[in-house]
Amino acid sequence: MFDRRLIDNFDWILLAVLIVMGLLSVFNLYSATYTVRALGGGQIFVKQICWYAIGFLILLLMTTFDYHMLNRLAYPLFFLSLVLLLAVLKMGKVAHGSQRWLSLGLFSVQPSEIVKISLVIILAKHFSEDERIGNYRLRDLVRPLILTVIPFMLIVYQPDLGTALMLLIVSFSIIIFAHVNWKSILIFLSTAVLSTPFLWVTLQGYQKKRIIAFLRPQLDPLGAAYHVTQSKIAIGSGLFWGKGFLKGTQTRLHFLPQQHTDFCFSVLAEEWGFVGSAVILFLYLFLILWCINIARSSKDRFGTLLVIGVAASIFWHLTINVGMVTGLLPVVGIPLVLFSYGGSSVISTMAAMGLVMNVSMRRFMFQE
Amino acid sequence: MWRSDFDLREAEIYQRRLTRLTVFVFVVFGILFVRLWSLQIIHGSRYRTESENNRIDLRDIMPSRGLVFDRNGQLLVDNRPSFILGVMPENIRNLDSLLSDLSRLVDIDRPAAEEKIKYALRGDPFRCVYLKRGLSRDELARIETHKVNMPGVTIEVKPQRHCIYGTLAAHLIGYLGEIDKEQLGKREYGGNKPGDFVGKYGIEKKWHKYLDGTRGGQQVEVDASGRILRVLYQKEAEAGADVYLTIDKDLQVLAEQSLKNRAGAIVAMSPKSGEILAAASSPTFNPNDFAKGMDKGVWQGLISHRYFPLQNRVISSQYPPGSLFKIVVALAGLEEGGIDPKERLFCGGSYTFQGREYRDWKKEGHGYVDLHRALVESCDVYFYRMGQRIGIEAIAKYAKNLGLGHNTGIQLGDEKPGLIPNKAWKLRRWHVPWQDGETLSVAVGQSFTLITPIQIARFISALFNGGTLYRPQATLWVGRDSEKRLFEFKPEPAGTWDLAEKNMELVKRGLYGVVNEPHGTGWRARLPNIPVAGKTGTSQVISLPEERETGQEKDIPYKFRDHAWFVAIAPFEDPQIAVAIVVEHSGKGGAVAAPIAKALFEEYFKTKAPS
Repeated sequence: MFDRRLIDNFDWILLAVLIVMGLLSVFNLYSATYTVRALGGGQIFVKQICWYAIGFLILLLMTTFDYHMLNRLAYPLFFLSLVLLLAVLKMGKVAHGSQRWLSLGLFSVQPSEIVKISLVIILAKHFSEDERIGNYRLRDLVRPLILTVIPFMLIVYQPDLGTALMLLIVSFSIIIFAHVNWKSILIFLSTAVLSTPFLWVTLQGYQKKRIIAFLRPQLDPLGAAYHVTQSKIAIGSGLFWGKGFLKGTQTRLHFLPQQHTDFCFSVLAEEWGFVGSAVILFLYLFLILWCINIARSSKDRFGTLLVIGVAASIFWHLTINVGMVTGLLPVVGIPLVLFSYGGSSVISTMAAMGLVMNVSMRRFMFQE
Repeated sequence: MWRSDFDLREAEIYQRRLTRLTVFVFVVFGILFVRLWSLQIIHGSRYRTESENNRIDLRDIMPSRGLVFDRNGQLLVDNRPSFILGVMPENIRNLDSLLSDLSRLVDIDRPAAEEKIKYALRGDPFRCVYLKRGLSRDELARIETHKVNMPGVTIEVKPQRHCIYGTLAAHLIGYLGEIDKEQLGKREYGGNKPGDFVGKYGIEKKWHKYLDGTRGGQQVEVDASGRILRVLYQKEAEAGADVYLTIDKDLQVLAEQSLKNRAGAIVAMSPKSGEILAAASSPTFNPNDFAKGMDKGVWQGLISHRYFPLQNRVISSQYPPGSLFKIVVALAGLEEGGIDPKERLFCGGSYTFQGREYRDWKKEGHGYVDLHRALVESCDVYFYRMGQRIGIEAIAKYAKNLGLGHNTGIQLGDEKPGLIPNKAWKLRRWHVPWQDGETLSVAVGQSFTLITPIQIARFISALFNGGTLYRPQATLWVGRDSEKRLFEFKPEPAGTWDLAEKNMELVKRGLYGVVNEPHGTGWRARLPNIPVAGKTGTSQVISLPEERETGQEKDIPYKFRDHAWFVAIAPFEDPQIAVAIVVEHSGKGGAVAAPIAKALFEEYFKTKAPS
């Protein structure tokens, strides 16, 4: 199993980038939870170190088998993740008004994270096995759409609109990349626009408030728009060089909500300025481009699509989160992968990166 | 690219797509970079200023709670400013010395305060921790003087609910308390947040949605020391609507005075509409104790008190009706035909039935009595025999139809339905059949029967208003502006009596006699210029508590002395006011309760011309 060539082709650069991001994430979290830490409270950044450590182990684990095995395991894995989603609806812990976690004794599992990966795998499998190389018409997409919609509904029901939408976006990225023809895309987009009023009705009160706050901040100055205003102040006040590590005033004064998850980018931008934010953006850009490169040199369609799926996930998380904290998009509760605090998120992202690493390592090999 | 499957053309296509994808990624990142540049470089200095010298704060503007008045516009409940001692943990320099300084100036629970502050330091040092509410003027002055030397200490002013007359109409008005989890989930508390004081009992609870008003808010810019530099946005608070009760304050004061140092209840009603003119329950409590956050010691005192001051006896205490019940038996007998108003029976002081002796309250007996005399002098023997003749089923049927044995629907808290026993009930509850002898006890209002003061007040009102049972109500109108009332009182008939006019007249005449004819048991309620009618009652608590159909001990007065009842109405021809009075453990109705009715009528008619 441990072929010499595997180790030759080990992607050290990818690993290095991930390590750097891990370190930056931990430092940033320290600052974000500084006022808590200073008085002996929750040790969030320590926990994040643990998550990263475990994450790296899992990443390495994900490289030990041939990724083609996933082709065979795609459906069983998918069904397993659906079962877990159902389980969490019935028996999940309720936190912050929604049921997202399954408690398994020593640790908790967030099934929506598992679904993210299993959906990418199953979609990659579907499109790689089809005879055609593109020009799918709408009717050819029935199966992929069903595969997407089922977990989507289950997650919306938790309720976790943010993650559900992310699932949808990543799925569509893969579908579009597999090249649907333009007509179908147009038909699809127009149905999406037409169905917006129906979707509006199903949104919960606070979700509607957020969208209204985004479109017309003057209508709800005391609510959702307030958070974004605080975020923009934090980011903007960083200027070029930032205020310095641990010296972010908006952060220290707790004006940013969720500063260790959704708004962690604002913390970084305030303390490290344009320089810092640009560096982070560059790191993400590099990561995504590197993934695209791996996709390019992958030896089969399945590998390419897998990597594209993972890259899409990272891309959209970043774009939506940074867009949100800078006021370009409404607040939708999407954390920044690899940067925000969150065991589930770190581990599932590292697992996904492990898959990418896996594909990268086997680009010269024939199927085992 | 793919050397193993598919052909090179396909590989080309995918290459193209990957390139397009790369371009797309660059474009999006470009947008993000531009945005960051815009925020941090172009507008950076503005944001820097905003973050350093100013910060944006969200402040609530609390609405002022609606006031409560009596029916004539006399103010009963308003809001007073209350001063709260608080500490901002972030600004404390030395916790120990601060607490020592504070304890020297005011009485504070030092260990609790220390714990609260330490807890806040760990999680949220920028949120004020409240140490003591309701500071007196002295305490306020002392702290304000020394505040300079105690960094971190603040004084906040918050409105506090204030019952002007203290305990007056406490059970009716109710009290406030901190909102609990269950209430937070309900829609009518939608405008409230944790920590708010909301209505928990009585009128304060019933009309909370209107009384509360709507919160406003401000988005303000404050500088480093918390001073407001400018208001960015402001939404005004909407004051709560006022509530006008149906009670008359002066009548209420008199009613409560009459019950001073005794346990009991008084309710005065308008017989033709159901408006409550006074409702007193003794012992009582002071809602002001709740308004500032209930003290643990006071609360313990209230709930462990022998006579349950928190219970509204007018609607929640169930008593045996005693001789009051003879009115029901009289009506039942006349309707069913069992009673002939001209028939005379001899009462010698007791009646033997099935080997048992049933005694009359008057040892010597009343002599020959007909229905009218029997009511006037409250002859037990007459009613023993009539009760036996009519039977328990008929008595129970009429009692229930006439409004006893079920809730009046007053909607003011924990109303109890009372109890009208019959054969089926006894079997169900005690698993033994009804004994005929028990019918005799029921006929004079003893045994299992239970009523509440509000029920009997409504009952007597119906008798004199032509037979309509009205739902008792305590609210006259609700609103901020007399023109646009949010609620307006309307009499709500809840049923009518299906009795012959002449039978009701007979009984009414009898009740007139109780007060105005010789040997009438209610002579102490007689007034010189206003014709009063009524009935006395003396309910005996001789049976043991277990025989009573109630779930809780506190519904049963546990001392084995008689309760004094009196119900009355005035004036006889066109009744304006009905009263029901019960005084616990105090002896005979005529002696104790009737004089109270007289005083109430005098007060009521002082300003009104009797018809």
